[in-house]
Amino acid sequence: MTSRERALGWLAGLGLTAGLVMAFGVAPREATQGNVQRIMYLHVPAILVAYLAFGVVLVASVIYLWGRAAGADRLAHASAEVGVVFTGINIATGAIWGKPTWGTWWTWDARLTSVSIMFVIYLGYLLLRAMIEDRERAARFAAVLGIVAALDIPLVHFSVYWWRTLHQPPTLLRPGSPPMDPTFVLALMVNLAAFMLLYGYFTAKRVRLLRQEEEVFA
Amino acid sequence: MTYARRTWIVLWKDLLSERRSKETLNALFFFALLLLFLFQFALGADRERLTAALPGLLWLGFILSGLVGLGRAFLAERENDCWEGLLLVPGDKSAIYLGKVAGNLILMLLVEAILLVLFAVFFDIDLGAHPIRLIVVIGLGTLGFAAVGTLFAAMTAHVRAREVLFPVLLLPVQVPVLLGAVKATEAVLLGEPLSAVGHWLGLLAAADTIYLTVGVLTFDAILEA
Amino acid sequence: MAANPPIQVIGLRKAFGAHVVLDDVSLEVRPGEAVALVGPNGAGKTTVLRILATLLRPSRGTARVAGYDCAQETERVRAHVGLLAHGTWVYEDLTPLENLKFWATLGGLPRGLDALHGALAAVDLDRVADERVRTFSLGMKRRLALARVVLARPPVLLLDEPHAGLDQRAGKWLDGHLGGFKAAGGAILMTTHSFGRGLGVADRIAILTAGRLAFDAPLHGLTPDDVRRLYELHAENGG
Repeated sequence: MTSRERALGWLAGLGLTAGLVMAFGVAPREATQGNVQRIMYLHVPAILVAYLAFGVVLVASVIYLWGRAAGADRLAHASAEVGVVFTGINIATGAIWGKPTWGTWWTWDARLTSVSIMFVIYLGYLLLRAMIEDRERAARFAAVLGIVAALDIPLVHFSVYWWRTLHQPPTLLRPGSPPMDPTFVLALMVNLAAFMLLYGYFTAKRVRLLRQEEEVFA
Repeated sequence: MTYARRTWIVLWKDLLSERRSKETLNALFFFALLLLFLFQFALGADRERLTAALPGLLWLGFILSGLVGLGRAFLAERENDCWEGLLLVPGDKSAIYLGKVAGNLILMLLVEAILLVLFAVFFDIDLGAHPIRLIVVIGLGTLGFAAVGTLFAAMTAHVRAREVLFPVLLLPVQVPVLLGAVKATEAVLLGEPLSAVGHWLGLLAAADTIYLTVGVLTFDAILEA
Repeated sequence: MAANPPIQVIGLRKAFGAHVVLDDVSLEVRPGEAVALVGPNGAGKTTVLRILATLLRPSRGTARVAGYDCAQETERVRAHVGLLAHGTWVYEDLTPLENLKFWATLGGLPRGLDALHGALAAVDLDRVADERVRTFSLGMKRRLALARVVLARPPVLLLDEPHAGLDQRAGKWLDGHLGGFKAAGGAILMTTHSFGRGLGVADRIAILTAGRLAFDAPLHGLTPDDVRRLYELHAENGG
């Protein structure tokens, strides 16, 4: 483990601790949902970081196809794995949150549906990688899929949103949400920062492992 | 000019081969017929339910037969290692991709026409009220499906578990196209004008454009050894 | 052309994962020369051809065709090379004429009817030019593959077991054609199993065993029996 990685790990740990303190100690109890709402501090940062991860997959895939740098491929691979994990966290926490508030683990709500489709698309991405033995070919095909998948995400979101809201497209901006208590926002931001650090830590570690794997089998 | 000629020769080769062997088309015709039975068994004789589910069933039929047809799209290229020859062709390979997409599109549209006729006859449904609108919707939806399908079929042609991997990769990516096509078809069958589903048509057109562009730009990387 | 040999391979290594297929192979083919690459199955003969044809990238070392690097300048290399691979690149549901037209159009080769019929006549397939390939024997399909190479007229030929599946007559024609090709300054690298006919056009023999070049010398003055003994010696020691 490199010193930079270790530093990232510690920072992520510190951030997560601070995030927990913010979520449970500082942020006020939400009026209607009560303590259940605090799962949001896990739920929302997870999906935001997943989007970040898939964005990184897109950029790394383009760079790989351009110059065939093995490093870009490893970054795409690692980032996709971490993105899938965070998407999974988002879906799981969503279900846990949904049970007490909506009375059901699962509902075909627009956001839930589109996030799960994204989850399946990137699971397919990892499956494709696992099924191709030739490393260089796996990298090329995965890069193409990584580009298609990322460009597909907005299409998936729009289509699923329109599909749930019966007819005409709604305004793109979410219908006016009431102003939030600044401590809510602060707690969310701290947790988001912590998750980003965690993403950086996981990805760096996976990239190094992938490189070492290649060195062993080269 | 050369580019168009290269695209055309690939399309010509695929259509000519299919016209002679009729392998894919014959199989898909019977497949479509079987789907009809399945839908009938699943929904029963209740006409109300059938009409309500019709757009979804139609596209389910299109997608399933499309999956079977597209999965075979690169079989001929593997038979005598023709793949190698395509790879060694000098210059831009995207002409090959576009030729393949065009061939698959035509094949899928043929099967879809057959399915439409079968639906109209066996389920006694009037599809003829607004044929142009229906053609626009089906054309836009099928193009998106063929564009990604061709790309993914080329990608999975080399993988051992391709029969499984191909649909697993393709179906989730095609969700926007599927939703848009079903919703727009539903509206058209209800006699609504195209302007009522303008947002869906826009989405389909955007999806087609994105998929085709990515396909053209990345096909070289897929064809490579 | 004088400075750049048609085929030049230096320190070539190819590994698939942990499996080393080629190790430190160096080889050169001069204009007007045919080199036969001989070796047991799995010795890496086809791999050499595939790297030169830009179908594979070397793990280490360089392969050049007419001075162009096979890993970097693939387009240039492809324009110089004619490959006759294991697969015939033939579409079963097309006729020979249609097959040739397809590859000629894609490859930017002459695609007039005269040129196509000429190439088919050269491999003695002109009288079945309009029949479906699916009914053909393997030998006929291989001749159709040859017709494609005839049509392309590349300065460098890479032939993988060119005599496999050919009858006496076609084999003789092939030797004659390759002789003419050499006389015109073309370079040939071919793999072969048969010491008799396969070596007929070769000027040099290179024996490859277990990914290494064991022997490389002119054939001049060697009888097929000498070659067989040489081969057995090296193939056994090298394995």
